Amino acid sequence: MRMLGIYERWRRFWNLSTLTLTGICAVAVMAPVFIILAYLIANGIRSVNLEFLTSLPKPPGEPGGGMANAIVGSFYMVGLALILSLPIGVGAGMYLAEFGQSRYANLVRFVADVLNGVPSIVIGVSVWALLVVPMRSFSALAGGVALAFIMIPMITRTTEEMVRAVPNALREASLGLGATYARTMWSVVLPAARGGIVTGVMLALARVFGEAAPLLFTALGNRFWNLYLDRPMANLPTQIYEYAKSPYESWHQQAWAAALVLILVVLVLNVVARVSTRERFRALR
Amino acid sequence: MATVVFPRREEVTTPTQPKISTRNLNVYYGSFHAIKDVNLDILPNRITALIGPSGCGKSTFLRCLNRMNDLIEGVRVEGSVTLDGEEINSARTDVVALRRRVGMVFQRPNPFPMSIYDNVAYGPRIHGIRRRTVLNEIVERSLRQAALWDEVKDKLRQSALALSGGQQQRLCIARVLAVEPEVLLMDEPASALDPTATFRIEELMQELKSRYTIVIVTHNMQQAARVSQFTGFFYKGELYEFGGTAKIFTNPDRRETEDYIRGRFG
Repeated sequence: MRMLGIYERWRRFWNLSTLTLTGICAVAVMAPVFIILAYLIANGIRSVNLEFLTSLPKPPGEPGGGMANAIVGSFYMVGLALILSLPIGVGAGMYLAEFGQSRYANLVRFVADVLNGVPSIVIGVSVWALLVVPMRSFSALAGGVALAFIMIPMITRTTEEMVRAVPNALREASLGLGATYARTMWSVVLPAARGGIVTGVMLALARVFGEAAPLLFTALGNRFWNLYLDRPMANLPTQIYEYAKSPYESWHQQAWAAALVLILVVLVLNVVARVSTRERFRALR
Repeated sequence: MATVVFPRREEVTTPTQPKISTRNLNVYYGSFHAIKDVNLDILPNRITALIGPSGCGKSTFLRCLNRMNDLIEGVRVEGSVTLDGEEINSARTDVVALRRRVGMVFQRPNPFPMSIYDNVAYGPRIHGIRRRTVLNEIVERSLRQAALWDEVKDKLRQSALALSGGQQQRLCIARVLAVEPEVLLMDEPASALDPTATFRIEELMQELKSRYTIVIVTHNMQQAARVSQFTGFFYKGELYEFGGTAKIFTNPDRRETEDYIRGRFG
């Protein structure tokens, strides 16, 4: 083997260290997720049991109890947010994709991006003023609306991108057969974009499922069962907040458990989103 | 092979009622004058080929015949286009009904991302046919007409996207035939296909000729010569020459036509 020149050595060194550095950065991206997961599992797994998942909170000091109402409440309000935001988001996204060249459309797009950037605590306070004050009560409805405010711009922009990505040839084929524009949108364009839209909606759901700030001023939380729209409703994020800042060790335990349940749901939503994306691309090939 | 009898020049203007006529047809893309004063009669149950170099306006012309240009922003179409003597280039025209009568096959096969069956049934369904038995019958007939039935009859529920390019294109033809149009516009239907698939499409056109009026845009001059009875040569947005295919290919009146056919440009 011949001796390497200084330049060549430097080059090899630089090459290797760049590779190492970027590799470390890549690991660092994943590290927080694993740290969070490991920490939550270590602290929370003990308290995740049937009682935790199926019973109501006990008064402070008493052992046991669970967060069934908060788990149901979280799904309830996220479901409500989905019902409210899906038609609006998909409708607006289709509009932007198909008629998106006007100044009005540009304005809508800009406002949607602004809304996407509004801090969730601000959304919470706004919905408090908008619904909680006039209704004179914290409510599940207000919580669902606050979460919907967060989801609408996300769904709108995803839908726009996915609908835009549907090849024009498909629209022409449908219109060329004598289909109306509306029929073409419903029967051809939307189904073709469905996979991508579902993925976007899943990610939006995962995002709002863990939001505490918009619910603090709207749904508030509740230590008892409630399925009425106009009354305060328990939910995992605010319950975690409540329990974590309490002075009771047993509540801390439950907060860990709740956090673990929360992250698992978010994880599942992400995995579902990812799998549905893969299916979509396979179908297109 | 049966002998092909080319029509004589006079037959182009024979009293047979034309299926489609254009008069002083002009198309503008913004300020670009894409089609200039085109007057053309297309006879029923014949195949009319439109040839010419890229960008000469032949596809744009074709898309005037079923108002497909409406979909492109900034396009202005002026002049008259009649289908069976009825003006179709007017604001009062029911474009949806028109496109049902004048079907189109595109350059690249564009099946919908659904099953083979649903692709063919799409047209009949949008026009209100719901009954299963009727749909089944239409799907089978259309696929048979498009010479695809034998290849797909056992996998009608599979995705159309799994078919080969040539099969996809025949599926697109079947999809158009399912709505029983009177006119078939084909915009370079074989340009994305291999020679075998191309041959099948050409064979298919000959079979369909007796029942449809076919207009085909093609870059392939052998194809135009093989399949058509009439040929129009477009150049720089003008219809330079129109006549019986044999005449255009053997004894064109204009210099540019001859140069193009001999491969001197385009």
